Amino acid sequence: MIDVQNLTRKFGEFVAVHDISFQVERGEIFAFLGPNGAGKTTTIKILTTLLPPTSGQVRIDGLDPTREPTAVRQRIGIVFQDPSLDQNLSAWENLDLHGALYHVPRKVRRERMQRLLELFGLWERRDELVKQYSGGMMRRLEIARGLLHTPRILFLDEPTLGLDPQSRNQLWTHVKQLNQDEGVTVFLTTHYMDEADRVAGRIAVIDHGRIVSLGTSAELKAQTGSATLEEAFLALTGTAIREEVADASDQMRRAARAWRGR
Amino acid sequence: MGAIYVLWLRELKRYARSRVQVVASLGQPLLYLIALGYGLSPVFRRGGEGNYLEFVAPGVIAMTVLFSSLFSGIQLIWDRQFGFLKETLVAPVPRLHIMIGRTCGAASTALIQGLLVAAVAVVAGFRPAAASGLPLAFAFLALIAVVFTAVGTTVGSTLRDMQGFQMVMNLLVMPIFFLSSALFPLDHLPGFLVVLTRIDPLTYGVDGLRGALIARGHFSAVLDLAVMGVLAVALTALGAWRFARIEV
Ligand SMILES: Nc1ncnc2c1ncn2[C@@H]1O[C@H](COP(=O)(O)OP(=O)(O)O)[C@@H](O)[C@H]1O
Ligand SMILES: [Mg+2]
Repeated sequence: MIDVQNLTRKFGEFVAVHDISFQVERGEIFAFLGPNGAGKTTTIKILTTLLPPTSGQVRIDGLDPTREPTAVRQRIGIVFQDPSLDQNLSAWENLDLHGALYHVPRKVRRERMQRLLELFGLWERRDELVKQYSGGMMRRLEIARGLLHTPRILFLDEPTLGLDPQSRNQLWTHVKQLNQDEGVTVFLTTHYMDEADRVAGRIAVIDHGRIVSLGTSAELKAQTGSATLEEAFLALTGTAIREEVADASDQMRRAARAWRGR
Repeated sequence: MGAIYVLWLRELKRYARSRVQVVASLGQPLLYLIALGYGLSPVFRRGGEGNYLEFVAPGVIAMTVLFSSLFSGIQLIWDRQFGFLKETLVAPVPRLHIMIGRTCGAASTALIQGLLVAAVAVVAGFRPAAASGLPLAFAFLALIAVVFTAVGTTVGSTLRDMQGFQMVMNLLVMPIFFLSSALFPLDHLPGFLVVLTRIDPLTYGVDGLRGALIARGHFSAVLDLAVMGVLAVALTALGAWRFARIEV
């Protein structure tokens, strides 16, 4: 379903993704684990047509994201790592807009919107503008939106960042169900090892743009002689803390937030 | 097509929700109408040019549309910073449709803003010469809106940060406004100003508007329409080209 061969992406001289190759089978749940700045989001942006690769070959359901972006986009759904809601619309309007962009028929759209809003505890407040929402509510709305149309491949980029355990549990239960019932292929990244352990079939550990290990959770543990996935992860990527580099847009966002007093 | 409609609707909803800004933004045009329209009227009349309020009102209406449509580009930068742009760019919709939907939305709100100022002008004492000119006047306002929304989109797609956008816009907006025919007649100008006014797109928009509203166009309506029409197409194409190259 996803086929990546020798993928490299540079930003100027800096190599964010360094010659990685992997395959994800149809119906698989595949996790990318890696410290901050490892290149996870960059890889997802390339797979989802948002960024062209510097070199290498990518196929999504047999299609090239740079040559046939619209066909690839018809097959995918994505929950971004960073916020991507329209804060001046209500939750309902955000979902409705998404459904229209993804050509979900109106009647089906309404039903699914209600179901997802209820599932993520937002139904009562669906008509409020998103800017009134708390961080956790926004995150839940982003997830609900990503699940609104039924994609063949679902990309989840650190979907549970800032979520309470209840919502996390809801999310993963729902994702597993989608995977089992509708055969949706899932590509996820997370910082929470227990989540990867719980839902992912295979796991790729990525660091400094390279895949340092790939296998099932049991295989990674065996390879490193670790008792837990967390230990295996630390054995593979070291214990040094990675600087989270704020890029220009992060800084701008922060400034804008401060300026608006929230 | 559905995408164009929903993105257009989004811009209108956001506009409708910013009532305070909408009302506040009527202040400046009102000031122009009163201070210039009434303040300069005696001099203008002595010069044998008739009623200045009548002359300047189309210019002030056009100014409103100019400002509003140029600065709509900031919404693009805002949407990029706050991530909403990604959400639309990853949808199974051609990028051109996204761009057209946004442009139609921004141009529509600029147009509505212009119509509000037109209403204010009427309250201030402005009267169009004949009702039959109104459809053509509307067409010119729409063309002004599309032309300068496209400029806003081009700049907004090219620059990433708001300060840069503000700077470029401030550099553009004042010359475009003051060096057009918005405030003064095009006859008897010194040579350099003849050149400057004729390379300013707004000149043709205002001239067409004035011709339609008070029958005092300098050029023919056909020329004004042709220039604005060609510019609308060319600049929208340029905006689409820049928009297609945005990386998020
Ligand atoms: N547009 C960009 N320009 C320059 N550098 C970038 C850009 N996007 C990402 N990077 C850099 O590439 C590296 C990988 O980033 P990312 O893929 O976001 O990592 P992860 O998602 O694994 O935390 C980081 O060092 C980041 O600063
Ligand atoms: Mg990331």
